[in-house]
Amino acid sequence: METSNTTWTNICAANDLTPNAGICALYNEQQVAIFLCKQTNNVYAVANYDPFGGANVLSRGLIGSTQDIIYVASPLYKQRFNLSTGECLDSPDHKLKTYNVRIENDQVQLKEAS
Amino acid sequence: MSKQRVIVVGNGMVGHKFIDTIIGSDNHNFEVITFSEESRLAYDRVQLSYFFSGKTADDLALTDAAYYEENGIKFVLNDKVVDLDFPNKNVITASGRVESYDKLVLATGSFPFVPPIPGNDQEHCHVYRTIDDLENITESGKTSKVGVVIGGGLLGLEAGNALVNLGVETHIVEFAPRLMAVQLDDGGGALLKRKIEELGVQVHTQKATTEIVAGEQCRYRMNFADGSFLETDMIIFSAGIRPQDELARSCGIAIGERGGIVINNHCQTNIDDVYAIGECALWENFIFGLVAPGYQMAKVAAAHMQGDKETEFTGADMSTKLKLLGVDVASIGEVHGQTPGAQSYTYHDEIEQVYKRLIVSADGKKMVGAVLVGDVEAYGTLLQLKLNDMDLPANPSVLILPAAGGEEAAGMGVDALPDTAAICSCFDVSKGDIKEAVAAGCCSMGDLKESTKAATGCGGCSALAKQVLDSELASLGFEVNKDICEHFAYSRQELADIIRVKRIKTFSALLAECGSGIGCEICKPAVASILASYWNDYVLEDEHVGLQDTNDNYLGNMQKDGTYSVVPRMPGGEVTPDGLIAIGQIANEFNLYTKVTGGARVDLFGAQLHQLPTIWKKLVDAGFETGHAYGKSLRTVKSCVGDTWCRYGVKNSIGFAIELENRYKGLRSPHKVKFGVSGCTRECAEAQGKDFGLIATDGGWNLYFGGNGGMRPRHGDLFASDLTDEQVRTYIDRIYMFYIRTADRLQRTSVWLENLEGGIEYLRKVVVDDSLNINAELEAEMQNNIAHYQCEWKTTIESPEKLKRFKHFINSQEQDSGLVYKIVRGQRFPLEKEIEVTELV
Ligand SMILES: Cc1cc2nc3c(=O)[nH]c(=O)nc-3n(C[C@H](O)[C@H](O)[C@H](O)COP(=O)(O)OP(=O)(O)OC[C@H]3O[C@@H](n4cnc5c(N)ncnc54)[C@H](O)[C@@H]3O)c2cc1C
Ligand code: HEM
Ligand code: SF4
Repeated sequence: METSNTTWTNICAANDLTPNAGICALYNEQQVAIFLCKQTNNVYAVANYDPFGGANVLSRGLIGSTQDIIYVASPLYKQRFNLSTGECLDSPDHKLKTYNVRIENDQVQLKEAS
Repeated sequence: MSKQRVIVVGNGMVGHKFIDTIIGSDNHNFEVITFSEESRLAYDRVQLSYFFSGKTADDLALTDAAYYEENGIKFVLNDKVVDLDFPNKNVITASGRVESYDKLVLATGSFPFVPPIPGNDQEHCHVYRTIDDLENITESGKTSKVGVVIGGGLLGLEAGNALVNLGVETHIVEFAPRLMAVQLDDGGGALLKRKIEELGVQVHTQKATTEIVAGEQCRYRMNFADGSFLETDMIIFSAGIRPQDELARSCGIAIGERGGIVINNHCQTNIDDVYAIGECALWENFIFGLVAPGYQMAKVAAAHMQGDKETEFTGADMSTKLKLLGVDVASIGEVHGQTPGAQSYTYHDEIEQVYKRLIVSADGKKMVGAVLVGDVEAYGTLLQLKLNDMDLPANPSVLILPAAGGEEAAGMGVDALPDTAAICSCFDVSKGDIKEAVAAGCCSMGDLKESTKAATGCGGCSALAKQVLDSELASLGFEVNKDICEHFAYSRQELADIIRVKRIKTFSALLAECGSGIGCEICKPAVASILASYWNDYVLEDEHVGLQDTNDNYLGNMQKDGTYSVVPRMPGGEVTPDGLIAIGQIANEFNLYTKVTGGARVDLFGAQLHQLPTIWKKLVDAGFETGHAYGKSLRTVKSCVGDTWCRYGVKNSIGFAIELENRYKGLRSPHKVKFGVSGCTRECAEAQGKDFGLIATDGGWNLYFGGNGGMRPRHGDLFASDLTDEQVRTYIDRIYMFYIRTADRLQRTSVWLENLEGGIEYLRKVVVDDSLNINAELEAEMQNNIAHYQCEWKTTIESPEKLKRFKHFINSQEQDSGLVYKIVRGQRFPLEKEIEVTELV
């Protein structure tokens, strides 16, 4: 799949997302975890690779909030990652790559963050 | 008062730490400017090698422009400071820029030493220090078959791993007789060499390269002093580092004999208002090539600048624990026998490939050093012994000997540690600091991390920090906050009451009723469990999907590599030969690792997400149901065959065990629940070690409650004797439901019982005498549950909508490319990842 870094790429239908849970997409040969948070009505996209567990599993983590931060907790060892910035809340030295994501014409779309 | 101007030369790890410390200090009065020769702001050099496992420069960044701008920090990239004018207090850069300072901080780091070998400056010769270097190495790797690392120290081995990852044939050439000459002794070095060679990396020790010339098979040929040679396409030099002191030297700052900017305990150089920190600084004739001592210097310099003359840099521990090329290695203290009269204990297991050496003082009372290769479990304990100069136990060898059959590994309880013991070295948090934090009201790891930063660096100390925290909490008899999390100001029991009384059916309804935020990984599964206990809905209803741990969500326990286990139920451990054959065939077809568990059933491991539905379809077709191994629910009912076969049996324990397992299967509870049923008092099913235990006697069943195995084994209390089958069912229904209603999240029945005021006596009053007048309710709730039981896997495979989620990628049929296996004893196991974390200690 050849995709450019500067344009939006269609990934799946908006209703393929499960509310308040994640899915994993293959985008530019990268594994990307996409989450739909119903309460904030936002979609988020971060790398699917858990740097602590060393496995591609973050899309299967639970999402939660602390104060105003929306995060995903790794299903392996529970480290939490800020879904907006990719930062790990439990170990500030670790950071996930983030992606631009939006829902447009009922399609979930991804783009590399600039 | 006008602001003081601070210039920081070098924006590496330590320069950034200094700036971050200034940003973090209250009411500081500094204007900061930093210069970097590199094209990017500080990044994490320690994790540099992750670059090869897909991390980008952005992933490694320690800071960004926005953060600096927000905090008023000015920065200039790509501009090297080339001159310092002390009389006028100016710095001058390569681009001709002149800036004045009140205080100057040199954090110029170090550079890799490249031995003066003729031919060392060719195109495919590299060093290993910056992101740019790694980019160049990657480029060379694309056109190379063979690669050599010169230098077998810590960094050389990391570079070796990089070559392995690039897929080139990898050699390590070391001048000394062993690998990691600084940290290891001969025995440790030899084992490390052997292990690394098993991974296909070729190690050449005692080789001095004399020249690099054109090769025949490969691009280059390295000639060695002993006449031998090696051909290679690329070379990485990793022969040590040298402090970057060129600028300081040329401007007349005092430099050590072998390099390094001389500093005192306040990190001041010999020039007024000029400090040096990090790898460029020389303290007591010593350069610290690790980041933690640099961070300490950064804090000391920042404190001194703000008038704090008390904080001093007094040296740092150089002990290390690392995973190199997948091999665990640790070194503590002095290991080269330079302490007069020192004696040592050595444990060398050639089969398991473990080497441990403990070096002790002449009188055998104190530890001098230790080397661990292959098994670094003892690192924490040994490091504490060394750092705190504690007395060794009477027989120090137990510290490195493996634990005999099932015993806990020998260690020292945290209570034995003095208050000065450093728990977290990254942030310099002592046991005393944790005690203070607890006394000031901190009562969870989260609080502790926030208030002391302990365990937020490399994370290596989190287990130890937690132990200290727990032991402090316990010794203070602290009233622990019972709120389940920040989203609900209620305990699990209170939430269960609200859900039951107000008949709440979904998480969002509960959140609206009495919570805030969107929930978290603590409250969501807990509430999901309560909802399931009362209403026994199908767990994959859309409303519930976002609530469950991945285990419940995909109806399997996630394993370390992201695959799942498959555990079909086998009530009472009974299985027909045909059933067993079906399981074997399925395991064979999907190449699943197969093991008979202590729960008397067969677990299959390594199923990928997309395979789960097919595997379960086959299991369901063969007559199996889910074993709920993933849920906090009834696990298994262990039993003996009882009077059906056994000469001694007095009751049908296997029949009753199967009946009970089928009665309670699928029921969600605060924690997992296990049963045991023995056919006579010989107790072959070990029923007293289970949550509910039944032992047959001539007069009927004896019912035990609150048993537990595991970390804190406990025998159940005898609840009642000589019961009929019917009485057993009734009593268990009531106790089980009462436990579900009132226990805390993740509280086993044993702990619940111990915390129940009045204990087993009280429980008898509630269950037998109905003192709370709730038995009718409890029984009705249990009946409701039993009536609503469903095999979740059966329901799932019948619903195409639900199956959509059992796929690795939503937009592709490809599989997770991250799964790698090795074959051991004829079965498949996940391959350990190499150099996952280079831990700092
Ligand atoms: C691959 C690798 C793995 C490592 N692993 C570990 C580990 O596991 N544990 C551990 O403790 N340590 C490890 N280290 C060491 C650790 O990275 C260093 O101790 C740490 O980076 C030192 O920080 P520093 O700020 O002193 O130097 P640096 O991070 O090198 O920063 C110095 C900066 O100053 C710049 N500079 C120099 N001169 C000038 C000038 N005149 N003008 C402007 N800018 C200038 C340089 O370009 C550089 O950016 C590792 C190092 C490497 C390379
Ligand atoms: C908090 C502590 C514990 C945790 C987190 C834990 C976790 C687990 C998990 C995740 C499994 C399922 C493996 C899988 O299917 O992938 C499992 C199975 C098992 N555990 Fe534990 N366990 C704990 C304590 C105990 C204790 C105390 C015992 C016994 C004394 C025990 C005995 C078993 C047995 C026998 C099995 C296999 C059961 C089966 O066939 O389903 N565990 N445990
Ligand atoms: S517990 Fe009693 S009945 Fe059961 S196997 Fe042992 S001896 Fe036989």
